[in-house]
Amino acid sequence: MKQFKFILSLLFSVAIFYGLNTKFGSIPPIGKFLNPYTGIWQNERSTEDFKDLSQLDGLTSPVNVHYDEALIPHVFAQNDLDLYRAQGYITAQHRLWQLEFQTRASAGRLSEVVGSDAIRFDRGQRRKGMVFGAENALEKMKEIPELVKNLEAYRDGINSYISSLSPADYPLEYKLLDYSPEPWTLKKTALLLMYMTDMLAGGDSDLKYTNFLKKYGKERFDLFFPDFYDVNDPVIPSERDWSDFGEVSSPDIPGGDSPIAYVSGLLPKPHPDNGSNNWAVGPEKSYSGNAILANDPHLGLNLPSIWYAMQLATPEKNTFGVTLPGAAGIVIGFNNDISWGVTNATRDVKDWYKIQFKDKSRNEYLHNDQWKATTKKIEEIGIRGEKTFYDTVVYTHHGPVTYDASFTDNEELVGYAMKWAGHLGGNNQQTLLELNKAKNYEEYEAALTHFVAPAQNFIFSSADGDIALWIQGKFPNKWEGQGKFLLDGNNPAHDWQGFIPQEHNAHVKNPERGFVSSANQHPTDESYPYYVFNDGYEAYRNRVINDFFRSKEKFDIQDFKDLHNNNYNLKAAELLPHMIQNLDIAQLNPEEEMLLGEVGAWDYYNEIDKKGATIWERWWIQIRNMVWDELAKDENDMPYPFAYQTIYLLKNNPNDKFMDILETPEIETASDLFILSFKKAAADIKSWKDRNGDYAWGEYKSTYVGHLLQALPALSRFNLPIGGNSGIVNATSQNHGPSWRMIVEMSDPPKAFGIYPGGQSGNPGSKYYDDFIDKWAAGEYLEILFMQDESSKDGIMFTQTLTPKQ
Amino acid sequence: MKSFLSNFSLTLVLALVFSLLLPWWSIMLAAFLSGAIVRLRKASAFVVPFLAIAVFWIVYAWLLSSANDFILAEKIAVLLPLGGNAVLLILVTGIVGGLAAGIAGLFGNQCRALFSQSDQ
Repeated sequence: MKQFKFILSLLFSVAIFYGLNTKFGSIPPIGKFLNPYTGIWQNERSTEDFKDLSQLDGLTSPVNVHYDEALIPHVFAQNDLDLYRAQGYITAQHRLWQLEFQTRASAGRLSEVVGSDAIRFDRGQRRKGMVFGAENALEKMKEIPELVKNLEAYRDGINSYISSLSPADYPLEYKLLDYSPEPWTLKKTALLLMYMTDMLAGGDSDLKYTNFLKKYGKERFDLFFPDFYDVNDPVIPSERDWSDFGEVSSPDIPGGDSPIAYVSGLLPKPHPDNGSNNWAVGPEKSYSGNAILANDPHLGLNLPSIWYAMQLATPEKNTFGVTLPGAAGIVIGFNNDISWGVTNATRDVKDWYKIQFKDKSRNEYLHNDQWKATTKKIEEIGIRGEKTFYDTVVYTHHGPVTYDASFTDNEELVGYAMKWAGHLGGNNQQTLLELNKAKNYEEYEAALTHFVAPAQNFIFSSADGDIALWIQGKFPNKWEGQGKFLLDGNNPAHDWQGFIPQEHNAHVKNPERGFVSSANQHPTDESYPYYVFNDGYEAYRNRVINDFFRSKEKFDIQDFKDLHNNNYNLKAAELLPHMIQNLDIAQLNPEEEMLLGEVGAWDYYNEIDKKGATIWERWWIQIRNMVWDELAKDENDMPYPFAYQTIYLLKNNPNDKFMDILETPEIETASDLFILSFKKAAADIKSWKDRNGDYAWGEYKSTYVGHLLQALPALSRFNLPIGGNSGIVNATSQNHGPSWRMIVEMSDPPKAFGIYPGGQSGNPGSKYYDDFIDKWAAGEYLEILFMQDESSKDGIMFTQTLTPKQ
Repeated sequence: MKSFLSNFSLTLVLALVFSLLLPWWSIMLAAFLSGAIVRLRKASAFVVPFLAIAVFWIVYAWLLSSANDFILAEKIAVLLPLGGNAVLLILVTGIVGGLAAGIAGLFGNQCRALFSQSDQ
């Protein structure tokens, strides 16, 4: 009996230990997770109890970090190395888990943490050559020894913080997923920059376009996907003439056919709304005579926020702005002399080549009618709780063969290789550090030359009164039509033939109109001497912004704030009256008539209390789906024509064959679709109303900011009262929108306002985790404290001093 | 009653000391040792260490969480899911620690019974 009781209690003890120490599926190990001395209760704090005196290995002088009331650190160091070391340390202090998680995602290493659910994602990252690109970028960075020293200081700062932690101090997400942080490396900084490159320049439609071309032919393609829309208000104003470029040469269109093949099972593209607005007015258009600049990058709305605000100062420079956790320096910001911002340039810098392998070994491929050797990279994908997965990725001189028989259901001897500017190896990090200390237009222009991808519209203003905009990236100099569709991997004339010279990248300085702006629209008009086609350009925000700046003489900061928060829906204004006019009202029931009345009386502003906006948005989605049902139902991945062209066709080609709905025996035209889609939209709204009540736009859209871990409801913020939508200057859709709004007036010292939908702390237990969100949703800003020196502590909550290790 | 109190306080003291050095299962070790040292009868062999650790964890969790307005506790109580109720999460925390300690305490008692002649 005694033995029996002994064994039973032993078994129970082992069982409860195992049960509370082990992660089951998504349930964290409960004992580890809930105990108050190493579990989540240790994360229940708002200011992290930063030690006043943190000793930091490698510092040469003390660094003072003054935190203002928004928990924004103002860092004062004696030299660059100390500054970047402190930046790494402080960033890790607030955002360690995010730092690491984003670079893991970039490198295709999520399966190590979350298990086999992430294999397809990880394989995709490896096959896109994310690590290949990061390694090439790292080589490029190493060409500048001073940069390497700065990045090493940044790295060591992060690692000093990591090594000061015990498991009790780990950020919450490590406890939730039950793993530990690993040391930072320079390669991780390169991987973070690749993560951004992929987000902003990783999209292309070449293979979908090819599928469309094969099925419908060139004439139909050109109608649905024109190189230019019939309206164009480009980034570089049309007044710009390009005669200063002199003689320009582009490669001739080669003879020979391009391969035409259906390719499907394609990797997901980045969010189509990844884009931004920026604008600046010069002295003559400014209320004060100081240039004023604004920027708002539109990205996924996540917590912890993608941005972390900081002031970075040494005796030589003083810069404020937002940083990307993982990269040194300020990414978007200002100093006493200049301010700058970015929007995505959205150029086609990713092309696909059809590859013919000699045999199943895939050791050789055909190029210029000769068999050439491939190289192979064996990707080891660690999977939590399971055996490592091995994936062989074949590389040609074009780049990685992303799609082949081992990944998609290709023929065995055929592959599709990617050529991408993201693989070229650029030094974006150097651009950032040079911009941080740039004093004038010339230094801004020089800083940009290192920047390869993702191509950006770099807007600029200075205390001298200059405004400028460079569309900066490394762009292949293409023959007309090159890379719009699948290319022939065998034909050397299909290879990239060279690049547009740096000085011929489209740019404008102090244009006559007195302002510069960009909103992901066409970079130029057709007069630009190099080949550019419409690869997904926005056609609405740019026109609203430019019309605003043409509308009067002078602009002040309130005008800038109003424009950031402008909810005017130009797309609706261009289609809705036409739809209503061509609607067969006789077919409506009383409830539908009421909705028509509401949308008819709507003023085209997507404000939170407007029901008309909800009706329009529903109607638009339904009509778009009906027009393009042929494409959605196709067995191959098909591209969707852009909103502008869809509306153009509805108005100008109402009897096009695409207007027909496949499922019905009748042949529909555009006006049939108007009524059918309206009825469908009305039914959608009715069912929404039955479930949720009021269908005012704010509630219907229900914007949320989601935690990076699949928007875990506990750690996310829902139902935010904010207007706007995709295609509107206030580009806030359900989970996407302005991720940092900044306005800077180049007075002495600069006056600045900024806000982002998050908070400085990455710790969900901190009151600073999401404290900017309500202000952001209300269209308010933080008045930026830009400390000129350390003598005044106005607005400072507390100071942390980092001292050299004794 | 005396052995109740001595087991209770010994469990608590050991748990506090071990928690400085060891992970969460230090409470199991504490309860095991006090169970092996201070003899308890029947259900009390489970209940006393259960209470000792439940009180320890509840008080500690409460102190940490109340100082921060229960911001995180309310979120974790959505995650687990406990309807966003921070108090419930604190109670659950106590029960989890208590269970682990209670069972380890029982095991300690049984060890003592197995190896000690005087208990016959």
